Amino acid sequence: MANELIQELAQQDYKWGFTSDIHEDTIAPGLNEDVIRLISRKKKEPEWLLEWRLKAFHEWLQMKEPTWANIHYPPIDYQGVRYYSAPKPKGPAPKSLDEIDPEVRKTFDKLGISLQEQERLSGIAVDAVLDSVSVATTFKGKLKELGIIFCSFSEAVQEHPDLVKQYLGTVVPQKDNFFAALNSAVFTDGSFCYIPKGVRCPMELSTYFRINAKDTGQFERTLIIAEEGSYVSYLEGCTAPMRDENQLHAAIVELVALDNAQIKYSTIQNWYPGDKNGKGGIYNFVTKRGLCKGVNSKISWTQVETGSSITWKYPSCILKGDNSVGEFYSVALTNHYQQADTGTKMIHVGKNTRSTIISKGISAGHGQNTYRGAVKILASATGARNYSQCDSLLMSDTCGAHTFPAIDVQDPTAQMEHEATTSKISDDQLFYCKQRGISQEDAISMIVNGFCKQVFKELPMEFAVEAQKLLSVSLEGSVG
Amino acid sequence: MLEIKNLHASVGDKPILKGIHLTIKTGEVHAIMGPNGSGKSTLGNVLSGREGYTVTEGDVLYEGKNLLALAPEARAAAGIFLGFQYPVEIPGITNNYFMKTALNAVRRARGEKELDAIDFLKLIKEKAKVVEMDPSMLSRSVNEGFSGGEKKRNEILQMGVLEPKLAILDETDSGLDIDALQIVSKGINALRSPGRAFLVITHYQRLLNYVQPDYVHVLSAGRIVKSGGKELAHELEQKGYGWLENAKPATVV
Repeated sequence: MANELIQELAQQDYKWGFTSDIHEDTIAPGLNEDVIRLISRKKKEPEWLLEWRLKAFHEWLQMKEPTWANIHYPPIDYQGVRYYSAPKPKGPAPKSLDEIDPEVRKTFDKLGISLQEQERLSGIAVDAVLDSVSVATTFKGKLKELGIIFCSFSEAVQEHPDLVKQYLGTVVPQKDNFFAALNSAVFTDGSFCYIPKGVRCPMELSTYFRINAKDTGQFERTLIIAEEGSYVSYLEGCTAPMRDENQLHAAIVELVALDNAQIKYSTIQNWYPGDKNGKGGIYNFVTKRGLCKGVNSKISWTQVETGSSITWKYPSCILKGDNSVGEFYSVALTNHYQQADTGTKMIHVGKNTRSTIISKGISAGHGQNTYRGAVKILASATGARNYSQCDSLLMSDTCGAHTFPAIDVQDPTAQMEHEATTSKISDDQLFYCKQRGISQEDAISMIVNGFCKQVFKELPMEFAVEAQKLLSVSLEGSVG
Repeated sequence: MLEIKNLHASVGDKPILKGIHLTIKTGEVHAIMGPNGSGKSTLGNVLSGREGYTVTEGDVLYEGKNLLALAPEARAAAGIFLGFQYPVEIPGITNNYFMKTALNAVRRARGEKELDAIDFLKLIKEKAKVVEMDPSMLSRSVNEGFSGGEKKRNEILQMGVLEPKLAILDETDSGLDIDALQIVSKGINALRSPGRAFLVITHYQRLLNYVQPDYVHVLSAGRIVKSGGKELAHELEQKGYGWLENAKPATVV
């Protein structure tokens, strides 16, 4: 029964696969100092940032690509990647949505992201990243009144250089890891967000990333700073067009929460996963880390990972401030030949720090799903607590689920809990649903959504609906 | 409504049903009794289309059509309901959501308008009263952490919501205490109507004290060996199944 389902799944095409015809301002493939200088020049960056990039580049040259993850892929030719591409400006930069390249607008429409509608109806400010340069930012005025800065990273470098300089690389240092060093050298754009003291951001901040240029690696950089007593909920959602070539993606997200501040970061990742034979798809090597710098601060990561052929991603929290809280809620789905090695690190430094990890892995087809987690309680973290739960759902005889939890406790007062389950959708469950009139596909979708419920309820409402749909689509057969 | 003709079915290579003949008319309540391993549950599973059972001979006509050609969900849409002996748990999905999905799937298949959340809630609250189910159970995950009795009540609730034409109840009374048995029976009786038939599979006569059958059939080694009225159940209770063990297959009822 399950096999039939997988057969059907194998027939499914990537629904968001299309390319749009936009003039690109692209440089030749390859990476050297000149390329980095060119990127920096194109972006009119200050000298210190160029130096920062070059330092990262030299670190990167000394580093080796990590091999410890449970993922397998042919060697990446880093000199074959194009490190910069931007939509060609037609005259001065757009001041409103109306001035945006109609092709770009159409692309977003196809994705169901009409900026106008977003702006008008949902109260979400969208900083749309098409390839490497932000093309539209909305709701700025409203946010400005509250002193909230939400803009593209490039703009932040121009308009708020002091803030960028103060926080850039403080959570993820340039030489943190191979992919972080690469990103630090060549990042082209991303988002910047600053919430001033005591301000509760009244809307969900949202960025839609989209990989669009052929052979263009994506190197976004996101930096979010929540000042004392502030709150922000940030949404990141992605789809990508159909491609045969593998596309390299190495993003960095840094979060800083000061005293009593709270950051909620939600991701839906639906990049092209490759075809049913494992051809193509995005390589997604992401470094996401949050620093709970202040007392009573809180950082929450929620992710729904359904795309990419390879996912290497461990959104983590450093719980430095006393009583700070870190959370990680994750659903990772691997179908066909997708591989995901994902999880989190919770580093407890401050007293009475708490962390929660809820990980749900779903494997179908030949998908390989790995949870990799590290919980570290330092000697300074008196009274620290952690709760971890890792559940795996297997949907075929050819898929795999792997769990690597690491626990390192250096303080005797720490309380640790770890639970893990592995299950299959049973024929009994399917028959029960079918006997009540529910089709097999709907039954599977329902059971999988039930499995993921603990994570979905952490997502903002509209995102949760999208996530449920996405899971159903990712698992559905030839319907539609 | 239902015509079973010379039905033979196997699990793997093992023949379980060896020539069942049974006709059920609208409005009738038929009880199937018999010892362990006689094929009672197999009959329910074959009629509802569960995988793993192979029909090797015979026909089943439901409302004049070949029932065996239909997928399980199509049988459900056509009005066949199976009350499970062991109701299945579905973590993370609330009873409410599950039943609404089921009801609307069935309504869709029948070309009827789907119920919106408000109308559905009204409906299910009303139905829950019949089986004396606390409304809080409706927002709990399907059967998860339910007691045996709660699970069976939940089955009857689902039957009440789906309003089937033919309800097959597979040992709905097993594992119930007297109170629960009465509640479940009340739920079944509330649904008895001239437009609905029941096939009640049971081990013991006690359920039949509350749900009075029109016919009782005794199944033994894959065949119906005796059929009669409700008094047959009492006779069985006194004499035991051994009484019929050597009986020949009954003729077509």
